[in-house]
Amino acid sequence: MMIQVSGKKTEVENGITVMQLMEQQKVETPQYVTVAVNNAFLPMDCYECFSLKEGDAVEFLYFMGGGCDGAEQ
Amino acid sequence: MALSSEQLERYSRHIILKEVGLRGQKKLLNAKVLIIGAGGLGSPAAMYLAAAGVGTIGIADADEVDLSNLQRQILHGNADVGKPKVDSAKETMAALNPDVQVITHHLFVNAENIMDLIEPYDFILDGTDNFAAKFLINDACVLAGKPFCHAGIIRFHGQLMTYVPGKGPCYRCVFRQPPPKNAVPTCREAGVIGAMAGVIGCMQALEAVKYIVGVGDLLIGRLLTFDALDMEAHVIQLPDNPDCPVCGAHPTILQPFDEGVVECDLK
Repeated sequence: MMIQVSGKKTEVENGITVMQLMEQQKVETPQYVTVAVNNAFLPMDCYECFSLKEGDAVEFLYFMGGGCDGAEQ
Repeated sequence: MALSSEQLERYSRHIILKEVGLRGQKKLLNAKVLIIGAGGLGSPAAMYLAAAGVGTIGIADADEVDLSNLQRQILHGNADVGKPKVDSAKETMAALNPDVQVITHHLFVNAENIMDLIEPYDFILDGTDNFAAKFLINDACVLAGKPFCHAGIIRFHGQLMTYVPGKGPCYRCVFRQPPPKNAVPTCREAGVIGAMAGVIGCMQALEAVKYIVGVGDLLIGRLLTFDALDMEAHVIQLPDNPDCPVCGAHPTILQPFDEGVVECDLK
């Protein structure tokens, strides 16, 4: 089936879970990535069991520090 | 307030823009922006805001300039190594534009000082590198009703979003709580391409200028991500989070607090 991952059309297996998609997409530290499906945040404990449907739009939101390196703590 | 002939010339490329004009330039000259972190993101943001004639720029940082900073922290030069970053930052901004009053805050932001720190300012830029500070800035800005622009960079990636009170989700709506110490890589461990700090820091400066002048669409309820390897920008719509502990319907965070146990290992 076809879904959108980070705005790009992506072919995936039917019924793929969010966690399986994260593995396929080589998402680093998935337990610290916020996921939105069809513009709604997915609770973290649903990543393993939430199955995606045809046409779903998935976004991964990553923690990004960076900035000044050394300042503020 | 009338602009001097020198100011009319200095800001002529702003004034000629129909979105800015004389009125917008006067707003910039009267504006007060605080930049927290005089590093990779804070450097280009501070320099463009100073050049733009933002009348008062606060810069907060407790650190000294280190040789490893100079690959991207363009506020500072070779001769500044060992000097407090806020002093080096002030010199650079003052040299760019004498119209700007630079206020230095040589301190680590913490729960005790942040409310007083942000109080005089109209807009705040988060140029910090650790999640404890990012969440602290978010919570304080939400509680004080201050708009701010969050940004982060790592490797060839960068992202930013803007919070304006009552207009959209905050940083905590999206990211909930800081990751545990060392759980996600930092620039120190993973590296960052210097120009990425320039790209994202400049976008933060743009958000501040747009907010002050009152033009365009800010990144409210949107997270802009930029990948320099494939040269692609992507905007993620951010849903509202009514359960957010700081800006939601039933907040549980009623005052700023230090997320002490989850700070990134940077020293």
